[in-house]
Amino acid sequence: MSLIEANRVSYEYIRRDKDGAVEGFNRAVDEVDLKIVQGEFVAIIGANGSGKSTLARHFNALLYPAEGTLYVDGYDTADDEHLWDIRKTAGMVFQNPDNQIIGTVVEEDVAFGPENIGVKSREIWERVANSLKSVGMYEFRKHSPARLSGGQKQRIAIAGVLAMHPKCIILDEATAMLDPKGRREVMESVHALNKEENITVILITHYMDEVVGADRVYVMDKGRVVMQGTPDKVFARADELKGFGLTVPGVTLLADELRKRGVNLPAGIVTAEGLVDEICRSLRII
Amino acid sequence: MSIIADHLSYIYGAGTTFEVKALDDVSFKIDDGEYVGLMGHTGSGKSTLVQHLNGLLKPSSGTVYVDGEDICERDYDIKKLRGGVGLVFQYPEYQLFEEDVFSDVCFGPKNLGLPRSEVELRAYEALKQVGISDDCFYQSPFELSGGEKRRVAIAGVLAMKPKVLILDEPTAGLDPKGRMWMFDLIGKLRSEQGMTILLISHSMDDLAENAGRLLVMDAGRIVMDGSTKEVFSYCGELMDMGLDIPDVTRVMYMLRERGVNVGTDAVTLDEAVGDILKLYSGK
Repeated sequence: MSLIEANRVSYEYIRRDKDGAVEGFNRAVDEVDLKIVQGEFVAIIGANGSGKSTLARHFNALLYPAEGTLYVDGYDTADDEHLWDIRKTAGMVFQNPDNQIIGTVVEEDVAFGPENIGVKSREIWERVANSLKSVGMYEFRKHSPARLSGGQKQRIAIAGVLAMHPKCIILDEATAMLDPKGRREVMESVHALNKEENITVILITHYMDEVVGADRVYVMDKGRVVMQGTPDKVFARADELKGFGLTVPGVTLLADELRKRGVNLPAGIVTAEGLVDEICRSLRII
Repeated sequence: MSIIADHLSYIYGAGTTFEVKALDDVSFKIDDGEYVGLMGHTGSGKSTLVQHLNGLLKPSSGTVYVDGEDICERDYDIKKLRGGVGLVFQYPEYQLFEEDVFSDVCFGPKNLGLPRSEVELRAYEALKQVGISDDCFYQSPFELSGGEKRRVAIAGVLAMKPKVLILDEPTAGLDPKGRMWMFDLIGKLRSEQGMTILLISHSMDDLAENAGRLLVMDAGRIVMDGSTKEVFSYCGELMDMGLDIPDVTRVMYMLRERGVNVGTDAVTLDEAVGDILKLYSGK
């Protein structure tokens, strides 16, 4: 069974004129079909306004489909009765670290979620400790979040989601405001959670190099899913991606440019290691 | 327009237990027409530094000279400075506030005390420069898309006709196409209008492709100042500071480790392509 299954999901924003009268509808998500299974690492990319974030907000029932159905862990998200089951299943981390931390002490902040769903206090502390250990922030448990770096704050936000024991974490451009080290820390934590704890990861990002480590990529344009596949297959179609306002990772760009100048390299090189291997191989042949 | 920072120091919360030295004896000179990148991890002092360059913060000690004039002097005309050094903050679209796009862009030049016709002409030109079409002029800025909002916010700074443009992470949150558009615009402002550019970025690739010189900050100090190539040759030091090297440079290092006889000083895509192609033509 899929953890998340969307069948022809559409969502419309109401457009109003100055006086508040309805002018029309903007289709932010347009008949999207997708299936994500437990333990997958899935990236969603698309230009600003392509509908990625709107779609992702359906995955934990912050929004409901206008048409179509969306199942999360078997629950229909349109069914209010299971709202909290769904919210517990899929937790979300947003872009700005300063907007999602509320506690004055790190461990308090992480405890906020489980406290709200009535977890017993001894178990709360267990969950908090384990979550902080998972993202490598346990030693900061008594610190004030205000004095942490951006990458550390985002890992606290992830720990806060983990303390809810979710099956799935959704990161909505969670690294956009971070410096290189902060991005590395967050991406390493997320990959570790995926590998070691089998947590499903849905990564929404504008950084193509972060997509490289995903199992699968969905590409969105104007509310629709226009491409999907493994990163190497998707990034082998650089011209199409450009048409959607996207690009390929820097390494792929370099490989493509070399190929255009006559170097014999296969399409779909996405990692530096892969490119180096291929260059070494071709150098010995020529 | 040149900028000189002369032994700048800035202390937050001076005299309290939370005293933090945000800038620590910072000195550099940026010449007219340069394209300089400024990098450093979060909290290294970049934003504090640039706020000194257009007089938003006053240094605890040291001073800033813009075009040879000391901007910390009491009788210095700060209005002239605000017109001369434009600062585009991080997520500048959060600062839009007027009822319509056109008035928002007029706000800056209006405050310079210019006649209305000049204010409107500047606003019109600035909006054209950032590619906002006429039919958006009288819309509320809040109805625009995120990318359009950012363009309007930048137009508001361009309408001040600055000689020096400082941009604090202008591409954060933009998609790849938006990023490309932004670097195109900055490049044009420099080549066509001779603007001096100071760009803060966390993207090593973007800095490598665009800036001719880099300043690196760590713990409130300038720890490196040199050509882009030179700075990125300090791979280990940059990594230790929480920074990185461009993707293509990493590929060159890895090739070298594998015994391929190639230089590791390429920082742009074109340089890397050139250096790798040489490997093949030699055979």
